[in-house]
Amino acid sequence: MRTPKMIALAAAGLLAGGGLAACADESGPAGAPAAGGPIAVTASDTACEVARDTVDAGTSVFSVTNGGTKVTEFYVYAPGDRVMAEVENIAPGLTREMRVELKAGSYETACKPGMVGKGIRSALTVSGSAAPLTEDAALKEATDSYSRYVKSQTAALLDKTREFVDAVKKGEVDKAKALFPVARTYWERIEPVAEIFGDLDPKIDGREEVVEEGMEFTGFHRIEKDLWVTGDVSKSGPMADRLMADVEEIVAKANAETLSPLNLANGAKELLDEVATGKITGEEDRYSHTDLWDFDANVEGSKAAIAALRPALEQRDPALVATLDTEFANVEAALAEYQVGDGYKLHTELTEADKKGLSDAINALAEPISKVAAVVAK
Amino acid sequence: MTGPATSGFSRRRALAVAGAGVGLAGVAAAGGALAGRSVQGEGGPAAQPGGAVAFTGAHQAGIVTPAQDRLHFVAFDVITKDRARLVAMLQAWTAAAARMTAGRDAGEIGAVNGVPEAPPDDTGEALGLPPSGLTLTVGFGPSLFDGRFGLRDRRPAALADLPRFPGDALDPAISGGDLCVQACAHDPQVAVHAVRNLARIGMGVVSVRWSQLGFGRTSSTSVDQATPRNLFGFKDGTANLKAEEPDLLRDHLWVQPGDGPEWMTGGSYLVTRKIRMIIETWDRTSLREQEAIVGRTKGSGAPLSGGGEFDEPDFALQSEGAPVIAEVAHVRLAHPSSNNGARMLRRGYNFVDGSDGLGRLDAGLFFIAYQRDPRTAFVPVQQQLARHDVMNEYLRHVSSGLFAVPPGVTGGDDFWGAALLA
Repeated sequence: MRTPKMIALAAAGLLAGGGLAACADESGPAGAPAAGGPIAVTASDTACEVARDTVDAGTSVFSVTNGGTKVTEFYVYAPGDRVMAEVENIAPGLTREMRVELKAGSYETACKPGMVGKGIRSALTVSGSAAPLTEDAALKEATDSYSRYVKSQTAALLDKTREFVDAVKKGEVDKAKALFPVARTYWERIEPVAEIFGDLDPKIDGREEVVEEGMEFTGFHRIEKDLWVTGDVSKSGPMADRLMADVEEIVAKANAETLSPLNLANGAKELLDEVATGKITGEEDRYSHTDLWDFDANVEGSKAAIAALRPALEQRDPALVATLDTEFANVEAALAEYQVGDGYKLHTELTEADKKGLSDAINALAEPISKVAAVVAK
Repeated sequence: MTGPATSGFSRRRALAVAGAGVGLAGVAAAGGALAGRSVQGEGGPAAQPGGAVAFTGAHQAGIVTPAQDRLHFVAFDVITKDRARLVAMLQAWTAAAARMTAGRDAGEIGAVNGVPEAPPDDTGEALGLPPSGLTLTVGFGPSLFDGRFGLRDRRPAALADLPRFPGDALDPAISGGDLCVQACAHDPQVAVHAVRNLARIGMGVVSVRWSQLGFGRTSSTSVDQATPRNLFGFKDGTANLKAEEPDLLRDHLWVQPGDGPEWMTGGSYLVTRKIRMIIETWDRTSLREQEAIVGRTKGSGAPLSGGGEFDEPDFALQSEGAPVIAEVAHVRLAHPSSNNGARMLRRGYNFVDGSDGLGRLDAGLFFIAYQRDPRTAFVPVQQQLARHDVMNEYLRHVSSGLFAVPPGVTGGDDFWGAALLA
């Protein structure tokens, strides 16, 4: 949640990028799968067995079975952790299919039991011919790639918000508290997209002091206050229903948008601004103190936007790509210090020195990221 | 209370002089506004507050440069473990410092000439301002030599950690640092602009540990400058080392060939102390007692033994069986004759950081002193003062810094610390 002025800027950016979006042809689901049937992926809490480590260029189908006790996710990454495809929120016992069209090259697969961290990785080689992308094609692929990301995140946002809302309405305070940072993870990863819809963002994610006069304090943080301050959600049902309705509306809108490459570059920077101004200070989740979950999600979202731009950036400024890789790794390492199980230490458990270290790491990443937009606009 | 008429000194006069300088600077800047910041020739006379001070030279500027009116001092921690990144940053800092001290933007492109999608490589708040006598002086703290960068055996012996002095109330969070930059200028906005842009260039390599703003120089470093006053209301730095005393500077200020290590030859050692003054109780002290504590008169700054401001104190002079200048008077304890001839070039500034929770002025002196070897200068003098100075009742040392200030850069590919790190 940022100030109205910044929302206005983000919206202007979207309008500027609208032309590109209109030209981009909607890439439908990938074509016919390669011979040999789906590739089985057996996921557990500690392993991620992929039946094949080489596939032919073209469409592959992965069939992911979660035999573990934690909710998991499955990803196929191109270099730089560019998400080629992912399937989120695979509950224990479930099997989900994922289709992905891959050009020849080196990739990685990953399961993320508990939905945190870098996941359990394996190499995946795709054979066949691979022509280098033209610059225009690289930029178009960036928008396609990021659209895939937004679709996967919004799907999980709907699922997890529903679980959260249901728990609130049933008065299951502990369960709702556990789900609060998890549902917000999907929101925080794609927040720059959500912020385009200026009226919905404050309804869903507004903090008490940011709410304008005459507007009601609603959304995640209103329910957060009920859960953590009074612990009484007996009257929170209508507020939970409103949150669900607002999230459904914004998800529908977000999926109808295609962001321009410039939007992605600015979004990657804005997500780090969010971390610097809201999460390191503990302002965002002031009742639950789960700010580091949001911190992680903002960084992941920023990385996803940069990853989508990666083919274009590698053509135009490979040194900048190398710097970003280094600094993203530094931020992830700094944050990993505070990981506890599948979550994070509470903000109130951080010392001033801890916060300074995290702030330094974010600054070191945000300065080079602020240079991406000009490279994309070249 | 001392009235202006009895002291014979007018505060307004100093303000009027400074004001005239700013006015001149404004005129100079107007012509160059569109072309970026007005550029005056390097080495222009610093007596004109708007002018530029040469960045290159045998010694770094900002030491014997006639003390400017404003300070922004900053200490950094190095957060990278990569020596090559540290070197690259010092190179980038040197280039930016050369530009900014000449009155130009921090980056090559500038605050307003870049593409609209990119953040500007200068932050812009100094657009249209003259160089304002800006000097940027870099130093290396003892912690830089802790082995992270393979510098352990290059640490100068003179950069020995300061001992703990009696009464020290140091806050580690505003003390020390791997690197420091002293930014001095006649315009506070110019000094702040310089520090802000250097900090930005350094992100990922260094992190600001602490910084301090100062105003109203408390020492004169040139015979052309009137002796200013500190917040106790007394003239401070009458007996300072001055730019016009080359023999004294050689003996007491600059590291000489053979002092070692070689990379420090032509450099100097910097000690900073943030000294909080307990202003309110000082103000309730009688004029006689204030003067006895200092050992000088409040009006003219003359020693209590008589004469004018620049006459040597006569420490032997007695009156009614007691020394006229008390054994524990500040001027006696700090005097070279009490410290084996120790001299320093002091360059401190007053600071006021607003008020504290009790409504007291959070104010005092940001003490800055340069010397050839702190072990024979600041350390013995401060030991003497900390043990005996009656002024201590009104002082708290809350921060401390020690830095090796390398010689000046010579231009070309030379950069801050090249002889140490290249």
